[in-house]
Amino acid sequence: MTDLTKMTLSGALDGMAKGDFSSEELTKAHVDACMDGAELNAFITTTFELAMDQAKASDARRASGEVGKLEGAPLGIKDLFCTEGVKTTAGSKILGDFTPTYESTVSANMKADGMVMLGKLNLDEFAMGSSNETSHFGPVINPWRNGEDLVPGGSSGGSASAVAADLCLGATATDTGGSIRQPASFTGTVGIKPTYGRCSRWGTVAFASSLDQAGPIAKTVRDSAILLESMAGYDPKDSTSINADVPDWVGACGQSIKGMRIGIPKEYSIDGMPADIQALWDNGIEMMKAAGAEIVPISLPHTKYALPAYYVVAPAEASSNLARYDGMRYGLRVDGKDLTDTYELTRTDGFGDEVRRRIMIGTYVLSAGYYDAYYLRAQKVRTRIVQDFENAWESCDAILTPTAPSAAFAVGRKVSDPVQMYLNDIFTVTTNLAGLPGVSVPAGLDQNGLPLGLQIIGRAMDEATVFKAASALEDAAGFTAKPEKWWV
Amino acid sequence: MFIAPRIADKKDWITTDTGDWEIIIGLEVHAQVASESKLFSGSATDYGSAPNTQVSLVDAGMPGMLPVVNEFCIEQAVKTGFGLNAKINLFSRFDRKNYFYVDLPQGYQISQFEHPIVGEGEIEILPIDGDGNVGEPVNVGIERLHLEQDAGKSVHDLSPDETYVDLNRCGVALMEIVSKPDMRSPEEASAYVEKLRGIVRALGTCDGDMEKGNLRADVNVSVRRPGGELGTRCEIKNVNSMRFIRQAINFEARRHIDILEAGGEIDQETRLFDSVKGETRTMRSKEDAHDYRYFPDPDLLPIKLEQSFVDRIKAELPEMPDVRKARFMSDYGLPEYDARILTADKTKADFYEIVTKGRDSKIASNWTMGELFGALNKAGLELEDSPVSADALGGLIDRILDDTISGKIAKDVFEKMFAGEGTADEIIERDGLKQVTDMGAIEAMVDKVIADNSGQAAAAKENPKLLGFFVGQVMKASQGKANPQAVNKILREKLGL
Repeated sequence: MTDLTKMTLSGALDGMAKGDFSSEELTKAHVDACMDGAELNAFITTTFELAMDQAKASDARRASGEVGKLEGAPLGIKDLFCTEGVKTTAGSKILGDFTPTYESTVSANMKADGMVMLGKLNLDEFAMGSSNETSHFGPVINPWRNGEDLVPGGSSGGSASAVAADLCLGATATDTGGSIRQPASFTGTVGIKPTYGRCSRWGTVAFASSLDQAGPIAKTVRDSAILLESMAGYDPKDSTSINADVPDWVGACGQSIKGMRIGIPKEYSIDGMPADIQALWDNGIEMMKAAGAEIVPISLPHTKYALPAYYVVAPAEASSNLARYDGMRYGLRVDGKDLTDTYELTRTDGFGDEVRRRIMIGTYVLSAGYYDAYYLRAQKVRTRIVQDFENAWESCDAILTPTAPSAAFAVGRKVSDPVQMYLNDIFTVTTNLAGLPGVSVPAGLDQNGLPLGLQIIGRAMDEATVFKAASALEDAAGFTAKPEKWWV
Repeated sequence: MFIAPRIADKKDWITTDTGDWEIIIGLEVHAQVASESKLFSGSATDYGSAPNTQVSLVDAGMPGMLPVVNEFCIEQAVKTGFGLNAKINLFSRFDRKNYFYVDLPQGYQISQFEHPIVGEGEIEILPIDGDGNVGEPVNVGIERLHLEQDAGKSVHDLSPDETYVDLNRCGVALMEIVSKPDMRSPEEASAYVEKLRGIVRALGTCDGDMEKGNLRADVNVSVRRPGGELGTRCEIKNVNSMRFIRQAINFEARRHIDILEAGGEIDQETRLFDSVKGETRTMRSKEDAHDYRYFPDPDLLPIKLEQSFVDRIKAELPEMPDVRKARFMSDYGLPEYDARILTADKTKADFYEIVTKGRDSKIASNWTMGELFGALNKAGLELEDSPVSADALGGLIDRILDDTISGKIAKDVFEKMFAGEGTADEIIERDGLKQVTDMGAIEAMVDKVIADNSGQAAAAKENPKLLGFFVGQVMKASQGKANPQAVNKILREKLGL
């Protein structure tokens, strides 16, 4: 039999529909792949037994004619989504063996659509990081290598690595400043962050509430559309959820982009841009042109303020969101001589360096006397960035940029330099600040043979155009490279 | 900065060897919103349930849980805003107030800092002194009303070295009503709280139960030379009765004056009121004040009210205490004092209107305020728990008005009714208290009393004051049941007065 793990999600769903194989067979193949790929450290918790049970139940449902959108597909869930009865860590020590009694809306939607869950995927602690090295459960290794272990990007490093290594057909991820798109770029996978409010945040451990948005990492643009259609949808339990129907995004894939106006923002040509990245971008522009799109130079003048503003807003919200991890009701608790001591010991032991750093930054920028200079100013920048995009939409329908300023780098290389690490988000944070949809599509290899992605940004609520442009880019780029299987 | 132009009435000045002082008072009242469920979760708000039985995942601050605002609480706040004659803000926003404590699971309280739902307003109060004298009306400015979540309850006395936490109250909606520093005496402060209580109860937006802590006040007190520069204020937290408010202010003002007169300075601090000792003590100094790091809650959208929504609430407002008071004075001809007491609280006003229906309004008010409220007060009961219903009290008054019993006998009957012995008619019947109105019988009693006291009867012509003695004797002989007017009339005839 063919290797079922090499299939796309779309192909696997078709195969099961045709009766070529069962979910049980498909799931078993992926469980085996996950076991083989343990070295990648993509999972924090595996749920193989549960997955096999779910697969059997799915096959039974299919036999009775009940077929959901993700029926029988073995997938991974980023360990930021709370899963009922399955330990949820957010990549942190502080949650201890916290096992939710509830299911996040996103994973509940997918369960309702017939998903098989292989396990909970590794991530940077509380989704704070760009290399998956801040996880309490150790770094995730990128299946792509360059003579040494590379990071898969972050924070959704486990999701990206698992999909790239064919351990699962697709995975959920979350994106606060680029955490879906940058790892997708680093691993040759597709990752989309939809419009803020498309996916409910209910039951997803919060990092920065006004920026956090769930989305999928998948093997193809079409697969990402299938997954997002399942994940998205209005949820009255999240006040920031958008009350709108989920459109036919799968149908948008493969549609012609003839006449589509693609904006190229000049501010994204940053100083010291690696030649590989510039060449990829230029190539992308040519491909879109060849596919019939009209290329429009645009300006997003406040781009350079986006990253600093992001690193004020996100830590500010995080410092408050993470206050609940105090050792009182669940998770880790280190008893001290009094209440304050217990708080301090618990949070010192429970949080890693990066999380502590951001809590301190966030606390600082919200403090009396600093609020106006930092938080308020950052919010003003945010308004300007929203306005930049509004202006841009007058002359274009989608925007094409690189996803990240480099290919995957070696494990350990940037971990001691937070600012270098933060620069990974330079092309992605703007869409989080503006709440816009953005997708990363693998578009080529650098000179070392490592994958690179291009980003397409669309108007709020216009994921359809984003999918259309992404699938055109995917077709034109013809990216078929896979990492050599060096593990097991 | 606070501006406090009004100077206290001289009677409210505190005079010492060094001269006169006046007290400047502002209040922050926390009123629990009357609602079935909490401000941001679906949990119930019932008081007195077993600990931690009314706690949702949101209330407990579980990972990934999100608040969703309870629209009914918004409506209640707007309603209260109208009751305070205040500006309703069509745009308001929830902010996070960040601090760590065991009874605050999220690590922040969701409140409204920069943009409260209700802005400035004003209410009129009528302070009453200890002797029941109604003072001049005082206008008290309202600074703002905002919505916020209550915290849980820390229980420190169940174990010598552990604190227990009950999260039932955690997340319950509160309205914080902030006054301007417009009060100048303890009586004005308690009159203000009483007025607020009357307003929220009339509106049904808070039950006003101070004993349960559903209405409690933080009292800001400072002193100054009359009309002089404002002094440094201290905030006394969570004072939960009218009497304690007055006590706390009196104590605190004295404390300030003593310090200032000894050449000291007032430290701006937060203090606690010890109701047992009747004194305040330091809770935390200004140096220990929290930096709450307020910022807009990113989990919640700003509240944008439609004008039509606000208009609808306004159109549906019930009769407010001030309006009802005016009506009681004009329709029932009640004096201001009676009208004020009766309309300060909706339950009292409703009760009175049942009692007075079809009856003399002044007699009804005397019996309601004098006998019933007095008896309730003595028994430590609320009107809601009165053993005598409004209809029953009306029944008693009917028997006075139709001369079945005298006012004096009625008081005995009332006592028995209050003790639960039955209705007025049942007790009158059982005890044979029906007034003797048979003129023949009264005449016989009068004849007997005159015969028994012939000396006084002869003297009475010279000294008409003796009539009182004879009336007393006849009433005694009738065991109080003789109709006093009839006794009087017959005695005057027989004694030739």
